[in-house]
Amino acid sequence: MSGLRTVAKAAFESVENFFDRAFGPELNPMHQLGALGWFFYWIVIVSGVYLYIFFDTGIHQAYESLEYITNVQWYAAGVMRSLHRYASDALIIVMILHLVREFVMDRYRGARWFSWFTGVPLLWFVFACGITGYWMVWDVLAQYIAITTTEWLDTLGIFGETIARNFLNPDILSGRFFTLMVFIHIAVPLFLLLAMWIHIQRQNYAKVNPPKGLAIGTLGMLLVLSFIKPAVSQPPADLSIVPAVIDLDWFYLAAYPLLDIIPGLTMWAIAVGGSLLLALLPWLPPRRREAAAVVDLDNCNGCGRCVDDCPFTAVILQQRTDDTAFSEEAIVNSSLCTSCGICVGACPTSTPFRRTSELVPGIDLPDQGMQALRDDVLAAAAKLSGETRVIVFGCKNGPDLQRLNGPAVAAMELQCIGMLPPSFVDFLITRHHVDGIFLTGCTLGDCHNRLGNKWTEQRLAGERDPYLRERVPRERIGKFWAGLTHNKRLSQEVAAFQERIKGLPPYHRPSRKPSGQQPAESS
Amino acid sequence: MASIFQYIGQAIAYTLFAVFVGYFATKPAYTNFPPDKAQIKLSFGHAGEHATECRRLTQEELNQLAPNMRRPLDCPRGRLPVLIELELDGELLYSEALPPSGLAGDGVSTAYKTFAVDPGQHQLVARLRDSNRTEGFDYEKTSEITLSPQQNFVVDFHPSRDGFLFL
Repeated sequence: MSGLRTVAKAAFESVENFFDRAFGPELNPMHQLGALGWFFYWIVIVSGVYLYIFFDTGIHQAYESLEYITNVQWYAAGVMRSLHRYASDALIIVMILHLVREFVMDRYRGARWFSWFTGVPLLWFVFACGITGYWMVWDVLAQYIAITTTEWLDTLGIFGETIARNFLNPDILSGRFFTLMVFIHIAVPLFLLLAMWIHIQRQNYAKVNPPKGLAIGTLGMLLVLSFIKPAVSQPPADLSIVPAVIDLDWFYLAAYPLLDIIPGLTMWAIAVGGSLLLALLPWLPPRRREAAAVVDLDNCNGCGRCVDDCPFTAVILQQRTDDTAFSEEAIVNSSLCTSCGICVGACPTSTPFRRTSELVPGIDLPDQGMQALRDDVLAAAAKLSGETRVIVFGCKNGPDLQRLNGPAVAAMELQCIGMLPPSFVDFLITRHHVDGIFLTGCTLGDCHNRLGNKWTEQRLAGERDPYLRERVPRERIGKFWAGLTHNKRLSQEVAAFQERIKGLPPYHRPSRKPSGQQPAESS
Repeated sequence: MASIFQYIGQAIAYTLFAVFVGYFATKPAYTNFPPDKAQIKLSFGHAGEHATECRRLTQEELNQLAPNMRRPLDCPRGRLPVLIELELDGELLYSEALPPSGLAGDGVSTAYKTFAVDPGQHQLVARLRDSNRTEGFDYEKTSEITLSPQQNFVVDFHPSRDGFLFL
């Protein structure tokens, strides 16, 4: 399974590399699938509100009002109708891609089960929204959907009367039925919004808006499509005839033709059983969970940096429980912790400069503690030789690091690149343990732990606390976010980095500045 | 700043996505029903007679009941299945004993069946039995019908409206 997943991951990344070239990592739509889902949802809502102004309920009025929307007010309401339809279709596409991608990338198990589990009902809500929307048009497609859906519901045998009889002939159908459909078509999206909000509750800094450039491009694409191929109704529904050949929206209705060949109850078993199976995937099998981060209260001053940086809301601040002067302390909810170590990288006490006392940071990973990391790094650095000694820090979800090891290069694998405190870079360079530090990991914008490489970039750039000190020569730091598919290029980048630092003048530690934003070294 | 090649790449990606969405939003068309056929749809909900006659309780049986439960008649809830037959041009199209719905078997018997038939003139006979008779039917209707392609011809049943309705 893991081998298969690695192949699938690499396949995904290969496709995404094309998008990276065209859009850049920040705008890569494959890295923004969830945010695009939200974006399409809001387009559907805004266009739907506008359409509701002109939509009329009633057997004949519904169709006639949509003909007015499409043909008379084509420049506004007609465009809104097309946006409504195409954004709904696009929502299905990004939702399915998002689901498959999270599965392939193994981001649905362990502490991350909640987002997966709460995402499954979204599928039902979205399909219910789309199906009821098509129903309201009351054209031959709506007639087909109404009859097929009610026939399918009737196979459950829980209704006293056959509800498909409501569409037996034109005399039976009630105009109040459309009022009911409008109510459902408004209520379900509201429940969907609530479910989407729940879906992201365990995500810190959840991406609910795509980057501006991608949003503009996507909206522009939908607008152009709306003008080139406006959404139109099919011939009006007529219950005295059988819809024979129908233009289906395959994004929402692909399962409907199956009802012609698969018995209704079997389809219910597939739909409900499939959803249950999907929801239970995080435990089939469960992820082997590594030990959660632990707080050492003697070294925690409740600064809150770990809380800010945790991508999964696993760390919170609470009132201090010891008798120190600090007001708060960090606590870890182990059931939410993915053991990525980003909190450790954010902790100002995770500094290797502490030589006289044991390196016990305020928050640490039991399975890969800072003390052990410093010892390992120093041991590896001591074995390096030459004038371009480089330590490569990477993450276990990124490229293959072992192939980089050599006489002058040592690779250190971390849980996530975000667990590397900037002070480690400072320590290794300014204390002349190495001649350069090279950082790598997941593709930029697609960190396995959501924010690891983003926080690292910001820390090195002095935009996020803890900052990398100004005294550290930036030319001795190399970066390449290789992902899984750029192993060869990573080797080339490291080699090129070694060439660059070979020509640099020897590093001399500058004298201490009298003032400035420099954290004090512990000693 | 994006290069011209990046903009071209983005334009290609957006175009491909739009073409994908635009095409599958309506195409390919699905043939739900053969256009050269007509449809007869049989649909009704009707409760058969009670399976067992009501029985008057003896005084001794009534005395064994609590005072507020002493109803003189014991009427079992179960109903008979409804036997339905459709015959088209002398050939049996459908025949089924429809069981009553409900856990206690006391609900209506329902039918919902569709048949694709050739358009044109036909003789349609519908028969229904809802009693405990062993031969013959309680309701029957025969009609000459003319069906056009894709017509949805409905066979309904309402005892209060003289039994079968051909709509």
